[in-house]
Amino acid sequence: MEVRVANVRKEFDRFPALHDVSLDIKSGELIALLGPSGSGKTTLLRLIAGLERPTRGNIFFGDEDASHKSIQDRNVGFVFQHYALFRHMTVADNIGFGLKVRHGPSRPPAQEIRRRASELLDLVQLSGLEKRYPAQLSGGQRQRVALARAMAIEPKVLLLDEPFGALDAQVRRELRRWLREIHDATGHTTVFVTHDQEEALELADRVVVMSQGRIEQVGTADDIYDTPNSPFVYGFIGESSSLPVKVENGEIWLADRPIGLAAPNEPSGDATLYFRPHDVELLDGCSGCIAGTVAASRRVAGTRRVELEIGGERQRVEIELPVDHPAAQKSRVAFRPGRWKLFPAA
Amino acid sequence: MADPEIKSYEPHHESQSAAVTESRPARLALMAVAFAFLGIFLLLPLIIVFNEAFAKGIGAYTEALGNPDTRSAIRLTLLVAAISVPLNIVFGISAAWAIAKFEFKGKAFLTTLIDLPFSVSPVISGLVYVLLFGAQGLLGTWLKAHGIVILFAVPGIVLATIFVTFPFVARELIPLMQEQGNGDEEAALSLGANGWQTFWYVTLPNVKWGLLYGVLLCNARAMGEFGAVSVVSGHIRGLTNTMPLHVEILYNEYNAVGAFAVASLLAGLALVTLVLKTLLEMRYGAEIAATRGH
Repeated sequence: MEVRVANVRKEFDRFPALHDVSLDIKSGELIALLGPSGSGKTTLLRLIAGLERPTRGNIFFGDEDASHKSIQDRNVGFVFQHYALFRHMTVADNIGFGLKVRHGPSRPPAQEIRRRASELLDLVQLSGLEKRYPAQLSGGQRQRVALARAMAIEPKVLLLDEPFGALDAQVRRELRRWLREIHDATGHTTVFVTHDQEEALELADRVVVMSQGRIEQVGTADDIYDTPNSPFVYGFIGESSSLPVKVENGEIWLADRPIGLAAPNEPSGDATLYFRPHDVELLDGCSGCIAGTVAASRRVAGTRRVELEIGGERQRVEIELPVDHPAAQKSRVAFRPGRWKLFPAA
Repeated sequence: MADPEIKSYEPHHESQSAAVTESRPARLALMAVAFAFLGIFLLLPLIIVFNEAFAKGIGAYTEALGNPDTRSAIRLTLLVAAISVPLNIVFGISAAWAIAKFEFKGKAFLTTLIDLPFSVSPVISGLVYVLLFGAQGLLGTWLKAHGIVILFAVPGIVLATIFVTFPFVARELIPLMQEQGNGDEEAALSLGANGWQTFWYVTLPNVKWGLLYGVLLCNARAMGEFGAVSVVSGHIRGLTNTMPLHVEILYNEYNAVGAFAVASLLAGLALVTLVLKTLLEMRYGAEIAATRGH
C-alpha cells in the first residue's frame, strides 16, 4: 500500500508541530523517520496512523483520501514505544485481540484466532509463550509480541514508534536485523520512527531526516550520508566539522589564505565549509591547506581524534588521524578535506 | 541544586539510618501512645458495641434483630446501597474517564467539585435537598402537583446518599487512570476495537482493583451515612429509617440491646470492609492509586 502525505500541517494548541510536510512512501518500502526529539517525527507517524488528525493537508492510502478516516478504518498496525501490551491478557490473547473485536462474518472463530496467534508467535520466534503474561517477558520479547499483535490484523501499513528505544544496545542490534528479515519476508509497507541514526541508516530503504517540524532530506543511506543537503543534516548524520570561510573568484579562503579548494560555481561571499573529520588528506608542507595547532587529542576506538586551533581566530575543528601517525604528537598539523560542502553563512 | 550528598538522605527500607533512629525508650513511648490511643478510641468502643449487643444473651440479640421495624431498616439500608452504589460506579467512572483521558475547559473546576461532598458537612447536603424538594422548596410545588414524593421517602434518602458517597469511586480512579495514560486504549483502537470494546476489554480490566477498592469504601459509607440521610428521611419507623437512624431511635428509647444489636451489624460491616480493604491493598497495592484522600 502506497502512502502519500500531502502538505500536512499539524498544530497542538496553535503551536505548530509540523509545517507543510509532504512525503511519498512506496509500497513495500521500509522507511525511517529520523530526527532529534521535537522534530515532529512521532507526530507524523501518528497522523499516518490516524491517532491524530491533520490541521491542514491530506493523507492518502493508495488513491484513497484517508485524512478523515478513523484509526479503526485505516487498518494500520501500530507498535508503540512502550509496547502497550494489555497486561491482564496472555500473549496469545494480546495477539488475537484485533481479530476478536471484529464484528460479524469477518470475525474468525476462536480456534482460528488461536491458530493465527501461534503462527505469528512462530514468526516472531516466541513459540510456546502463548500462556505467558506480558509481565513475565523481557523487553525484547514484549516488543516482538507487540509486533505480532500489530501484524495479526493484516495491516496495510506497519507503523513503529521508536520500536527499540527502550531496549539495551545488544538487543537493539539483534531486533534490528530481525525486523529487516520480517519486513523482507512479509513485504509490509513499514514506517518507523527513531532518533538513532545508526538504526535508521542500517535498517531503512530510505531515511526521512526531520528537524523542527520540517522534512530536511529524504534519501537512501548513501544519499543522506554522502550528500547532505543542509547544514542540519550534515551535523546530525555522522560526525562533521565546520569552518567559516570566504569564497572569492571560485576559490575558498580561510582568513587571508586560500586553502586549495576550488568552488567555481559558488557565489562569492561568506560561507561555512563542512567536512567529515575522518575524510581528510594530511599534508606536509602547507601551500593551500588548512593548518592548525593540536589543542587536544583523544583516542577513539581505532583512531585518534585531534582538535585543532586554526588561524588567528583560534577556530576549533576536529579531524581524525591514524593512531600511530606522527602528526598526532606534533603540535602543528596541515590537512585538506577530501569530500566537503559549502553552505551560505548563517 | 545538584548536591551529590543528597543520596544519603534517601529513606532506607530495611532499617532507619543511625542518625534518625530514636533511642529505645523513645521508640517504646511513641508506640505505647499510638496503641493506647487506638485502644481507647477505636478498639474499646467496638468491644463495647458487641458487649452491649449480647448483654442479655444471644436470644435477646436475635429477637432484637427480628423486630419488624429493625428488619425494615435493614432492608431500606440495603436498598439504598443497592441503588446508590451502582449509580456512583457509573458516575465515578464517567467523571474519572473525562478527567484522566482528555482535556477540556472546566476540568479543574470539575475536579474540585468532585471533592465537595468531602468538604461540606453532611447535614448541609441534606438541608440542600430539603430546600430544593421540600413543600416550601424550589421545586416543591411542581413536584406536589405531579404527585412526586422525594423528601421523607426513599428517593430523598437515595439522593442524599449518592451526594455524600459520590467522591469515593471517582477519587480512586482519577489518579490511577491518569497514571496509566492512553497508550493501551490507543493500541486497542489501532487494532480495530470500537469505543465500547476498548472500555470493556482494556480500560476496565486495567482499573478493576482500584474500582473495587472505591466501591468498597463507597458501600461502607452508603450504609453508614447518618447526617445527610437524617435530614431528608423524616424518621418514619418501618418506612424511612435506615440502620444508622434506627440505632439512634432505639437508643433514645433506652432499648440498649436493640440499638447495639443493629450497631453490631454496622460494626461488622465496617470490620468486613476493613479486612477486604487490607487484602486489596496487600495484593494489588501497586495497581491501586497511591493517593489516599479519605
